[in-house]
Amino acid sequence: MDELVNKRINEVLKGNHEAFEEIVTMFQHRLYQVCYRMLGNRQEAEDIAQEAFVRAYVNIHTYDQKRKFSTWLFRIATNLCIDRIRKKKPDYYLDAEVPGTEGLNMYSQIAATGDLPEDEVEKMETQERIQYEIGRLPDKYRSVIILRYMEELPLQEISDILELPLGTVKTRVHRGREALRKQMGNM
Amino acid sequence: MNTCRESMIHYMHAYLDGDISREEERKLKEHLTECPSCKEMMDELQSAVSFLQLAEPVKAPEGFVSGVMDRLPKEKPKAGIHRLLRRHPLIAAAAMFVVLMSATLFSSYSNQHFSVTKQPNLVIEGETVVVPAGETVKGDIVVKNGNIRIEGEVDGNVTVINGSKYMASTAVVTGKSEEIDKAFDWLWYNIKTTVKGFFPSSSNEKGENLQNENE
Ligand SMILES: [Zn+2]
Repeated sequence: MDELVNKRINEVLKGNHEAFEEIVTMFQHRLYQVCYRMLGNRQEAEDIAQEAFVRAYVNIHTYDQKRKFSTWLFRIATNLCIDRIRKKKPDYYLDAEVPGTEGLNMYSQIAATGDLPEDEVEKMETQERIQYEIGRLPDKYRSVIILRYMEELPLQEISDILELPLGTVKTRVHRGREALRKQMGNM
Repeated sequence: MNTCRESMIHYMHAYLDGDISREEERKLKEHLTECPSCKEMMDELQSAVSFLQLAEPVKAPEGFVSGVMDRLPKEKPKAGIHRLLRRHPLIAAAAMFVVLMSATLFSSYSNQHFSVTKQPNLVIEGETVVVPAGETVKGDIVVKNGNIRIEGEVDGNVTVINGSKYMASTAVVTGKSEEIDKAFDWLWYNIKTTVKGFFPSSSNEKGENLQNENE
């Protein structure tokens, strides 16, 4: 797979536009899925995932072929998703940093402002509920949880994608799971 | 609320990440059998995670790929040339030729001496070649850095490089007649004639193709 991808990338670097189409075809579903899980909206996910491919094309000369292409591509996409989420948020959300474990409660409270009544949540079908719960996660936890449990990526790869130290990724996975647990209670 | 030590919670997460030693795992399992609140927390964490794993794969919509391709910026000129060369190997060959020959060709272009193909019947007046009225020149005429005045007939091609051509009302040129003023034209003219020279008879068409592709 990686060999084929690098072959296509070399063709793109030589100016072969069509070779890029093959790359898009290979990665479209994975990239779209990450964006959809992050944003929770199909139109936005399509827009951002397409934008991510455009940026990959424009910056293809900066991609280091010794590394994994999907890691580089996911990094572009997750950065775009995080930017998009921040733009949509009201200002007070921006400053909501988590100073320690106790910050989790603050975050959960803020997140809870967008919550639905419990009986509405209970009526949701599984797929809808999954997306709802992910959407309620603070976005710094949301990205690691999506990469860990929906893309099923190893922690090291998540650390490469998000350009965070492995220890930070572990902490975020822990807190993300903790946040999920609290959100969902004993369902 | 869980009152157990931080370490147990840490073990739970380490366990869920598959990042736990046997010794730690043993301690955790032992603790879970005797502490209901930790057992409950562990169960909740596990069910939250398993719930997420019920997520069905999501697929990009129809037309996603072509949407990306439409959004790509227009090809860079450099890439365009690459593609052109790939699709038209003959042009590529000509381009190669230009590169290899240009030094020689430019030096002969910048050589400003007047010259003309030797043909009987031609009259030279200073830097002007005259085909006198009533005379017929059989063969091609090439004039460099000078002019030509045609009053009679030329049974062949007339080429004027870096000069002018005057045609009297009586003038007749049976072949092609062209004036070359610019360095580029001059190069091209040389390429054409050289390529024709390379393929003397049957392959002459190739030279024609080359010419057509450029025009
Ligand atoms: Zn306990």
